[in-house]
Amino acid sequence: MPSVTSQAGLFPLTRHSVLLAAQSDDPVARSLAIEAIAIAYWRPVYKYVRMKWNINREDAADFTQEFFTHRLEKEFLNSYDSRKGRLRTFLRTCADRLFMNQMRDCKRLKRGGSSPHFSLDFEQAERELATVPSSESPEARFDKEWVRSLFALGLQRLRASCESGGKMIHFELFELYDLEEDDPKPSYSQLAAKFGLATTDVTNYLAFARREFRRCVLDQLREMTATDQEFRREAQALLGVDIR
Amino acid sequence: MKQLSDRIVAKLQAEMQVPDLAGTRYSVVRHLARGGMGSVWLADDTVLNRRVALKVLDLVTPADDLGALLLREARILAGLEHPGIVPVHDAGTLVDGRAFYCMKYVEGQTLVQHIAGKNLSEKLRLLERIAEPLDFAHARGFIHRDLKPENIMIGAFGEVLVMDWGLAKVAAAGRKPTEDGISMVVTDTQDSSRLTGQGSVLGTPGYMSPEQARGGNEVDHRTDIFSLGALLAFMLTGISSGEAPTSTRAVPRPLRAICEKAMATDPNDRYQSAQEMAADTVRYLSSEPVLAYPEGWFERVGRIYARHRTAIVLVGAYLLMRVFFILFARR
Repeated sequence: MPSVTSQAGLFPLTRHSVLLAAQSDDPVARSLAIEAIAIAYWRPVYKYVRMKWNINREDAADFTQEFFTHRLEKEFLNSYDSRKGRLRTFLRTCADRLFMNQMRDCKRLKRGGSSPHFSLDFEQAERELATVPSSESPEARFDKEWVRSLFALGLQRLRASCESGGKMIHFELFELYDLEEDDPKPSYSQLAAKFGLATTDVTNYLAFARREFRRCVLDQLREMTATDQEFRREAQALLGVDIR
Repeated sequence: MKQLSDRIVAKLQAEMQVPDLAGTRYSVVRHLARGGMGSVWLADDTVLNRRVALKVLDLVTPADDLGALLLREARILAGLEHPGIVPVHDAGTLVDGRAFYCMKYVEGQTLVQHIAGKNLSEKLRLLERIAEPLDFAHARGFIHRDLKPENIMIGAFGEVLVMDWGLAKVAAAGRKPTEDGISMVVTDTQDSSRLTGQGSVLGTPGYMSPEQARGGNEVDHRTDIFSLGALLAFMLTGISSGEAPTSTRAVPRPLRAICEKAMATDPNDRYQSAQEMAADTVRYLSSEPVLAYPEGWFERVGRIYARHRTAIVLVGAYLLMRVFFILFARR
């Protein structure tokens, strides 16, 4: 059973390698690439089918496993053409197609049974789903989950980069100041006192962490897209928003 | 993997757009506006201790044609020193690879905000002020190509500024004599055709001339005259020429004629300069005959009366008194 957390961050990725590897002839590279895609997209797919097709959590979990462990590689990925659309739109369409095929052919969702599957935290996904506003469309949720996955993976990269660079204080400051829900936030001087730093160091460390986080997210995005053009289009969608 | 709430994701998403100003003299204050290829940020110039506006390219387009385009815009602005064109202070590349330039921060209103509640005379005076920097740029061989209400700012002290020269085109290369006797070398170090997408359609529907909408190569400064006409029509009716037609009965005929002449399909039928068009609106304000409008005798009498009302009333009153005097004197 491959674990989605065990190899995340260790996948030997180069620019655009995930999509290329997923379509390659090397079974090991392909398997790792599918896993990387699953890590980034299982939450969007799970929540999307739960909302769009109104199926129960067990069926949605089975469907998600089936989608990423079997169907994606065998039926769909080889037909992906980045010139025709974004990967995330393609995956959402594939999920719809698989769901409708299964409903038509079997009248029930196929169960994964004892076949290999990814270790995915559906319980956590369910808790998150409970907080989604009922007015939100499944497509909008899919896109939001995609952004969330991307940022979470970017965060993993940032942690790994800070660890290897001996800059864990930078990462911890970033976590405390930028990722915590606490309101009000701790002030820079409070953080400085907590970590035994000067306030200016807190400012500089946070600026470094934010810069690195941005780089990590864009690197992650670059690997999850097939071409430069798609990368730019996705990055525009991710970042090209009015900031209020 | 840390779970990120929707709120935190949205916050991170917003933060990622903030330009990394490390190593520069600027610090971000807040986001001001978003354009086609980047955003404008309010920033503090920490050396001179003043507020400036930074136009920064989008994060994902470093070191490519758009970066060159932004730098080109900065150079165009730097070459156009006029009170009606926002001055550029600095340009460069940020540590994250994004091109930027620094310009004067204009505190004020857009044209749309400013004309609300303004009377006809004030609107026409405004058009005259817009035409000045445009004419200045044309004399130096630059065409704006994206003149629209959003690109006109009115400062806190009433200064009128033509903004966003990102689509500007160099009309001709070489030394251009200007009316004030100053010569200026008009050069485009970048290939402007490539950068500004020659052959592709650039501009804003409703304010773009037909020749510009065709994406051809024949666009000259008269494309801005068309936009100026559309701008005047917008100021008079509140509706851009691209929107559904509205009744223009409330607009005086001479002004309608000025708009129609400026927006003629054939550039040869338009005013040949922004100043020529502005002069016609000033003629209207002074109750002089407008070149674009052949008036009838009744309208001419009405206009002459409006122009010399005081003198005509005084002479009329005098004549009336004389008539009464003659009549009463005979008795």
